[in-house]
Amino acid sequence: MKIPTAPRGRKAVALLLAGVAIVASACAEDAPQDALRPEGPFAQKADDLWNLVFPIAVVIFFIVQGLLIYALVRYRHRPGREAAQFHGNTKLEVLLTAIPALILAGIAVPTVRTIFDITNEPTGDVLDVTVVAHQFWWEYRYPDLGIVTANELHIPTGRPVRVRLEGAPVDRVDNSAEVIHSFWVPRLAGKQDVVPGRVNLITLQADEPGTYLGQCAEFCGLAHAEMRLRVIAEDPGNFDEWVQDMKDGAAEPSEALVAEGQKLFAEGQFPNGPPCSACHAVEATYEPENPPAQAGPNLANFANRETFAGAIFKNTAEQLRPWLRNPSEVKEGAKMPAVGLTEEEIDSLIAYLQSLD
Amino acid sequence: MASAALPGRRRILARPTAKTGVWGWMTTVDHKKIGIMYGVTAFIFFILGGLEALAIRTQLAVPDGETLSAEVYNQFFTMHGITMIFLVVMPMGVALMNYFIPLMIGARDVAFPRLNAFSYWVFLLGGLFLYSSFFLGGAPDGGWFGYAPLSTELPGNGMTFYSLGLQMLGVASLAGAVNFIITIINMRAPGMTFMRLPVFIWMSLVTSFLLLFAMPIIAVALFELMFDRVYEANFFNPAAGGDPLLWQNLFWLFGHPEVYIMILPAMGIISEVLPTFARKPIFGYAAIVFAGIAIGFMGWGVWAHHMFTSGLGPVANTAFALSTMFIAVPTGIKIFNWIGTLWGGAIRFTTPLLFSIGFVAMFVIGGLSGVTHAIVPHDAQQHDTYYVVAHFHYVLFGGAIFGLFAGTYYWWPKIFGRLLGERLGKAHFWLMLIGFNLAFGPMHVFGLQGMPRRIYKYPSGMGWDFWNLMSTVGAFIIALSFVVFLVNVVLSRRRGEIAGADPWDARTLEWSMPSPPPEYNFAEVPIVKHRDDWWYTKYTETPEGTPTPVHAGGADVDDDDDGHEAQHIHLPDPSYFPLVAALGLPVAAYGVIYENEIVIGAGLLVALLGLFGWTLEPSAEDGH
Repeated sequence: MKIPTAPRGRKAVALLLAGVAIVASACAEDAPQDALRPEGPFAQKADDLWNLVFPIAVVIFFIVQGLLIYALVRYRHRPGREAAQFHGNTKLEVLLTAIPALILAGIAVPTVRTIFDITNEPTGDVLDVTVVAHQFWWEYRYPDLGIVTANELHIPTGRPVRVRLEGAPVDRVDNSAEVIHSFWVPRLAGKQDVVPGRVNLITLQADEPGTYLGQCAEFCGLAHAEMRLRVIAEDPGNFDEWVQDMKDGAAEPSEALVAEGQKLFAEGQFPNGPPCSACHAVEATYEPENPPAQAGPNLANFANRETFAGAIFKNTAEQLRPWLRNPSEVKEGAKMPAVGLTEEEIDSLIAYLQSLD
Repeated sequence: MASAALPGRRRILARPTAKTGVWGWMTTVDHKKIGIMYGVTAFIFFILGGLEALAIRTQLAVPDGETLSAEVYNQFFTMHGITMIFLVVMPMGVALMNYFIPLMIGARDVAFPRLNAFSYWVFLLGGLFLYSSFFLGGAPDGGWFGYAPLSTELPGNGMTFYSLGLQMLGVASLAGAVNFIITIINMRAPGMTFMRLPVFIWMSLVTSFLLLFAMPIIAVALFELMFDRVYEANFFNPAAGGDPLLWQNLFWLFGHPEVYIMILPAMGIISEVLPTFARKPIFGYAAIVFAGIAIGFMGWGVWAHHMFTSGLGPVANTAFALSTMFIAVPTGIKIFNWIGTLWGGAIRFTTPLLFSIGFVAMFVIGGLSGVTHAIVPHDAQQHDTYYVVAHFHYVLFGGAIFGLFAGTYYWWPKIFGRLLGERLGKAHFWLMLIGFNLAFGPMHVFGLQGMPRRIYKYPSGMGWDFWNLMSTVGAFIIALSFVVFLVNVVLSRRRGEIAGADPWDARTLEWSMPSPPPEYNFAEVPIVKHRDDWWYTKYTETPEGTPTPVHAGGADVDDDDDGHEAQHIHLPDPSYFPLVAALGLPVAAYGVIYENEIVIGAGLLVALLGLFGWTLEPSAEDGH
């Protein structure tokens, strides 16, 4: 049998270059859902742990791979040298058991501390929000403010937001069982699942105003990829204005097209489905004893939303038109029916939606 | 000798006698033939699972991909997971366990040869049953992990195929586990004490115990899923008092030991390959064995690390964070001991050795990313992202698959009598290593940059575009490397170098017999005096500690035609009944799918008749 001697340095260099390239990429592009760039204290706590553990992992990586590569190069078969026939080294074994155990113990302490820190009730001027996850959109209720909205979660900067993830047991569209979703805005906090029949809690906080992107992170069916969300953090003054805007509701239509749209929305007769109002409310306020029960997202203040349909489409007429015509054609798996709107009806409805200020 | 049947004993079916041809394979109870069938079947499923992966990667190569609809994509990623886990990695491990456990412990077959055949047929039929779903309304589309309530709610038959198909595969695995445990404990050759067993045998034993206790758990979960879907039960329906987390707990109580079931055989394989090509004993035999056993035990205590974001509370999360961190310790011992095996050696860089080194290097990466998952608050960022996909592909592909290829190249000459080519083998290895790292390395990054799992498309502007494209390129390089392997297989069968009994100058008993071995394995049952007994038949140590050949050592290799001795070796006869019993299961399963009680009954009846005939049939006919 031929005895091959393949160079090992080649492999080491290849791996190193690949690793550098990959890590470099993490520092390069802008990624709106980048967990490595926290923008609030709760995401920061997780990142702090990562910044402790990851370098340790890198060091261990280089040591172990280094020993491996060294052994392969140094102990290649060469004529005239036989293998040394040792069976083990108990002292070394004990050492190599104890050292990793100690390193892990060292990592465990800050980890456990942070686990409890993050799950404790936040203190300070806490804002309570309840999140109900649906297939395939997000409902947000502000119990202390008495308003409800969808997909775009407005919060004030600098205040902890205690998010109550309520797992509705039943899908209000068709009474099927609701499925598990997961609420995730990487730059503000780690994720937590929304489990039907349970309530999970998470705290997030944005320190700077801005729009923070997120999406459902538990496979939930056909449109899982398109169940996204935004957190819009605003200075407290702007946030209060938004709240007031939501409570005030929309002005009465002044143009004919908008009035036509309002009428269709409330009581239009469509060939394949009910009027929009059967599933969508346009008033944001609700009483605490009477939480919203519509099957579809609340559309109050729709005109001021950046996106719609699970935060996947830009809020423009061009994007609204195909959606209203046939939702599941542009969002595979969407549960909103194509009720059979004419193009003129779509025009009116778009005008109405864009008037909901 | 005339066959002396029991007085009054009737026969419905004459006992099959064929040892070649299609019937020979379909009625075989020979562990070697069954091992080959497991291996070939697993490789075919590897191609199917690989094609599913290529479709997925093609869809994700660019933002807003249009290759696959969500409906098709969801079936493909579900079936990719099911295929690779249940139809590739597990059966490939079982293939090698089947072929080599008897040979390495000095036995002539496994404890229950017909049960062995039954395991194979149920596996094959279970896999075919699952894949038939593509043509019968759609494949399972709720993910391989089948979280309820989604898995109970998804319309169509897909997830019902899932619940039944996996139950069948579970039966196959359970039967195999029982067989291997009893074989290893009861059928070792004289002198083969437990501490002289090859590490591969130890790892197979631990794996089999894990299977024994884990498969019933998922059987319960799948049974409940089937009842929720088909018979309107409410195990996982919170509106009626059920709990979605019940599914998760049951699934992961199975699912975590399952990952050790997948990796331990591969760890066993490289523990044979490394000493052979370093020409020295495994470093720290006892530590490696006990670390494997420790992993087996500790693996039961970590399951909820798959549920850190489900809302278990800080106490439970802490407990599982700690148990998950500490399971890294026995794994670390093994890694150091494998490096210690190479240390001071005289290393020959054959293809099996390259794959074993690949295993160690890739498993270190996968193991390190695994430990980072234990950092619970950060796992809340990692969970359900491509960072996790990166982790488990590093341990399951870079680890298990590379290990299984090491075993394939290592043991191929023993099984088929010819070596696989070294040039093509090395090309396979390097292409696969490069493609694999290109496909899965970047996933660590775009996972942490916010790309969740199981999404059929993603928009541009998220920072994910470039590395998803690179990942797809890597996937196709992997595919190319597998083509190289297939070419190697074909060429080896036609004109590969004849292997002889011991082409690698190896250490364990399977190398002491011809390649391929005769049906009865050992003409004379060996008397074992050492660990690595075959090596010590060939070599002894000089006072300086270097190996020196024993004069006429290795002459025990049975290359002569021992026909006259084989007459006195009793082997079990082939049988129809394992196949008959196995056939009943998919029939009953189709009955459940189509809600036809008569078909269910018929299937169960066939299975029962098969078992009945099996029990009444002697293991070997009189006079054999």
